[in-house]
Amino acid sequence: MMDKDRVIEVSNLTKKFGRFTAVDHISFDVRRGEIFGFLGANGAGKTTAMQMLTGISKPTKGNGTVAGYDILRENEKIKRNIGYMSQKFSLYEDLKVWENIRLFGGIYGLTVKQISQKTEELLARLNFEDQRNTMVKSLPLGWKQKLAFSVAIFHSPQIVFLDEPTGGVDPAMRRQFWEMIYEAADQGITVFVTTHYMDEAEYCNRVSIMVDGRIEALDTPKALRQMYQANSMDDVFHKLARTSTRIE
Amino acid sequence: MIQVDNLKKNYFASNKKRGSDISKFAGIGKHKGLSFDVNKGEIFGVIGPDGAGKSTLFRILASLLLPDSGTASLDGKNVVKDFKHVRKIIGYMPGRFSLYQDLSVEENLTFFATVFNTTIEENYDLIKDIYSQIEPFKTRRAGNLSGGMKQKLALSCALIHKPKVLILDEPTTGVDPVSRKEFWDMLGRLRDQDITIIVSTAYMDEASRCDRIALMLDGDFIAVNSPQGIIDDYKEELWAVQADNMSGSLIDLRKYEDVKSCFAFGDKHHITIKEGFSKEKLYNYLSEKGYKDIIIEKATPTVEDCFLALAEENV
Ligand SMILES: Nc1ncnc2c1ncn2[C@@H]1O[C@H](COP(=O)(O)OP(=O)(O)OP(=O)(O)O)[C@@H](O)[C@H]1O
Ligand SMILES: [Mg+2]
Repeated sequence: MMDKDRVIEVSNLTKKFGRFTAVDHISFDVRRGEIFGFLGANGAGKTTAMQMLTGISKPTKGNGTVAGYDILRENEKIKRNIGYMSQKFSLYEDLKVWENIRLFGGIYGLTVKQISQKTEELLARLNFEDQRNTMVKSLPLGWKQKLAFSVAIFHSPQIVFLDEPTGGVDPAMRRQFWEMIYEAADQGITVFVTTHYMDEAEYCNRVSIMVDGRIEALDTPKALRQMYQANSMDDVFHKLARTSTRIE
Repeated sequence: MIQVDNLKKNYFASNKKRGSDISKFAGIGKHKGLSFDVNKGEIFGVIGPDGAGKSTLFRILASLLLPDSGTASLDGKNVVKDFKHVRKIIGYMPGRFSLYQDLSVEENLTFFATVFNTTIEENYDLIKDIYSQIEPFKTRRAGNLSGGMKQKLALSCALIHKPKVLILDEPTTGVDPVSRKEFWDMLGRLRDQDITIIVSTAYMDEASRCDRIALMLDGDFIAVNSPQGIIDDYKEELWAVQADNMSGSLIDLRKYEDVKSCFAFGDKHHITIKEGFSKEKLYNYLSEKGYKDIIIEKATPTVEDCFLALAEENV
């Protein structure tokens, strides 16, 4: 039976590329409304795991549910009930701000009327009214990321997956971005987020740290700091993340 | 080693048709043109909000973009007139780089080495700290690397010909904390070999590892100093606050009358204060609101605090 308070529940999730195991039997769950930090060194397997959770790629092995749907058989339903901001691509650079909003609204199955109403709300909330006709590619990165996040939660999904949303974003904008994350969490949206900024790890309710495709640690930031006798999450990360040994 | 005089570039001026841009100005040298020098063997950091003009400056220095006016030269060679020479002595890593996605890790590196008439073996020492981390995967297509691994490969490619000047536009974006530290250790060693480095970053802990940093805003440098010099110029009195509910206390601290600004800093909040601030009064305010485990203590400012103060002043 599925537990209503667990929006993500997976066991032994595994992804192989040829003989290389990118994600290696990970099992964990995420609670509804939680901000869940998904950390790990470069190449640890975060993006690969996220792509299985979001129904984009098929696990080699393992099973589980996301937003109440089976990750093996119901990946189309999963896609409709989540939001996803990918590491590489989140908006169409050659479209205007409002065109992106309309396009994603359509993809998420909203009606024309819902879209136009929500577009106004969104532009107002972001203070973006003057930018509605701006080409996305000429927006500064932090603005782009805030817009992409708003678009990813446009359809009020149960969960939003954010793959390094603040990478390269300046310190002031990064904080504004996190305030948007808090707001989304307050509205009951579960946030699943990766980051390489260790101050951001502190803002999560719980944090997992991946090493070589496996989850090496999972707890609240405070408990992790205590467990590893560290002053900060940065220390925790340094102690854990580089125990990596894998090769091709 | 790097000399910039009265440099100006306004995309808006050269692209009037675009119409509704963010402002009428996008580029560098909005007021009087940008001027600065970087010494040989110096690590010069450029930090500033997104859209401040860092990449524009770096592209001009790399001889890939023409300025509207003013001059820039590297090792005495003008980036416009002597661009061929300039390209030989620089290693440039753009923010969004272009690796050959279909070539393997090793083929990418060999390619860049060959272009500059060198070999991987010849300069292996220079790149080994970073390259050794992706070397186990050297037969993998670059397109199949993780985000941070691509970044490490791009950096190795920029270094493989032992450039005199390194132009690094946010080289560590997406790089994990352990590797970032190793990367900066490596930059330190390159500097010791008299390689001159100009680097932009969104990580303020990295800014403090530069010899000097420039704070860039809206196309101009508004301060250039050593990291400690920048911190010494910080005028505010800074306190750190902790409580059991950090997202709630962030909002309540901002509402508090004697708090000027409040920013999250990992497991603490940093506040700047108004005259008449008292630690006891704030303590009582927070405990009346129901917060527990309250700790309020004096904090030492960091470059990040300076940056945030600056960004607030200039909204
Ligand atoms: N299509 C693929 N074919 C082969 N290997 C792949 C493929 N996709 C990913 N990998 C490998 O799987 C491992 C995990 O990659 P992944 O992108 O999940 O890492 P990550 O934790 O997101 O890292 P980063 O922090 O750098 O983004 C890496 O070694 C990567 O090169
Ligand atoms: Mg990734």
